[in-house]
Amino acid sequence: MPQGVILFPSIHFALRAEKLMKQKGIPHKLIPVPRHLSSDCGVCLRIPWEKKEEALVILAEAGVKVDSSHPLPER
Amino acid sequence: MEKKIIYFDNAATSYPKPEEVTEAMVHFSKEIGASPGRSGHRLAVEAGRIVFEARERISQLFGIKDSSRVVFGLNATEGINQGLKGLLRPGDHVITSSMEHNSVMRPLRAMMNEGLEVSILPCTREGFLAPSGVKKAFRKNTKMVVLNHASNVVGSLQPLAEIGEVCRRQGVLFFVDAAQSAGAVPIDMEREKIDLLAFTGHKALFGPQGTGGLVLGERVDEKELVPVKRGGTGSRSEQEEHPDFLPDLCESGTPNAVGLAGLLAGLEFVMKVGIEKIRRHEKRLTERLLRGLLQTAGVTVYGPGTAERQLATVSFNIQGIAPSEVGLRLDEEFGILCRVGLHCAPAAHRTLGTFPEGTVRFGLSYLNREEEIDEAIQAVVRIARGEA
Repeated sequence: MPQGVILFPSIHFALRAEKLMKQKGIPHKLIPVPRHLSSDCGVCLRIPWEKKEEALVILAEAGVKVDSSHPLPER
Repeated sequence: MEKKIIYFDNAATSYPKPEEVTEAMVHFSKEIGASPGRSGHRLAVEAGRIVFEARERISQLFGIKDSSRVVFGLNATEGINQGLKGLLRPGDHVITSSMEHNSVMRPLRAMMNEGLEVSILPCTREGFLAPSGVKKAFRKNTKMVVLNHASNVVGSLQPLAEIGEVCRRQGVLFFVDAAQSAGAVPIDMEREKIDLLAFTGHKALFGPQGTGGLVLGERVDEKELVPVKRGGTGSRSEQEEHPDFLPDLCESGTPNAVGLAGLLAGLEFVMKVGIEKIRRHEKRLTERLLRGLLQTAGVTVYGPGTAERQLATVSFNIQGIAPSEVGLRLDEEFGILCRVGLHCAPAAHRTLGTFPEGTVRFGLSYLNREEEIDEAIQAVVRIARGEA
């Protein structure tokens, strides 16, 4: 299944997103930000890309600041 | 035989801590250990989760919705410095009270030299500030009222909701120093119209020393807030400019994650027991102590003198014996540990009429028992009678 990542300004928002995904039952994992996306040293949220819209709505409603979202190349 | 100790210095720092606080710190040190918000590996993320959960609990405890507006630091002092220096500019006017701790007085005194206008409103001898007095003190350039919620000397609880209301009507920020009260009495920033709240982790929240911070209400504009320090945050690493969003704006450098793990456990303890129950127990202890001291000949009790209007912090003196001497004898002869002198609050002691000698202070906690109160009263009676 194609995966993608959502990037956040800081770990605080990544962790809030993690908690929300858990509550809403969306499969997710916090992973280090892929180097090709950002030079930032933090984490981002990996989700099934088909869940992207749903996830972004949940985050927006909860006031979680999001930087950007990107599909990941299939392995 | 080892003599047992009665610890009555909880207004300085609470001891003992609940078992789970120590366990949480040991667990962090042994099993997690990594730097929160730096690196993306599992231990760093786990450390980040602990700091995050502590933030969530703090926002829950004080009734704010967005936990990114909780910034952690070493103690309440750091939170107070951030709030004052971050928002006040030369030419602004700030109102405070004569019951403040030096954590508020000293930054304000230094800022006065740089052009800040400060009004220090007198309190009653019981340690209370009248809301009507605040109203009269407003000027055109008043930006903030900063107030110690509960005196660290006599525990007097200020009428926060009334003063919050007066500030809100005037459009002035209300900054509360909750170092003594956070965890001991319910505080709701929404209900009491508090815009900034400084807290410490190591008193009634039962965390370790080196934890505390500042909670920012919605009316504080983060664009106006100047951080007192800047540095690495784990975010926006490609930039050499400091981030402009909370909490990173006010948190630079590796945080005290092991301490915050302990604070998280302390917060969970407080929430599990319930602040209402904590307050009931502390009130019972305070009433018992006050009754005993007030009945003792030669003892003067300062402050409200009723548990309803104060925290479990009681200041007194024994006629003819210096506070330092009383403190020494309580420690050496009775194993009772307390704090004597001025308690870093000279203005408060001037208000109470106990400057410069100070007082003997018994700072109780939820974990003290009635038997300890009775033993302490007996000790004071014996010292006052010239026995022992």
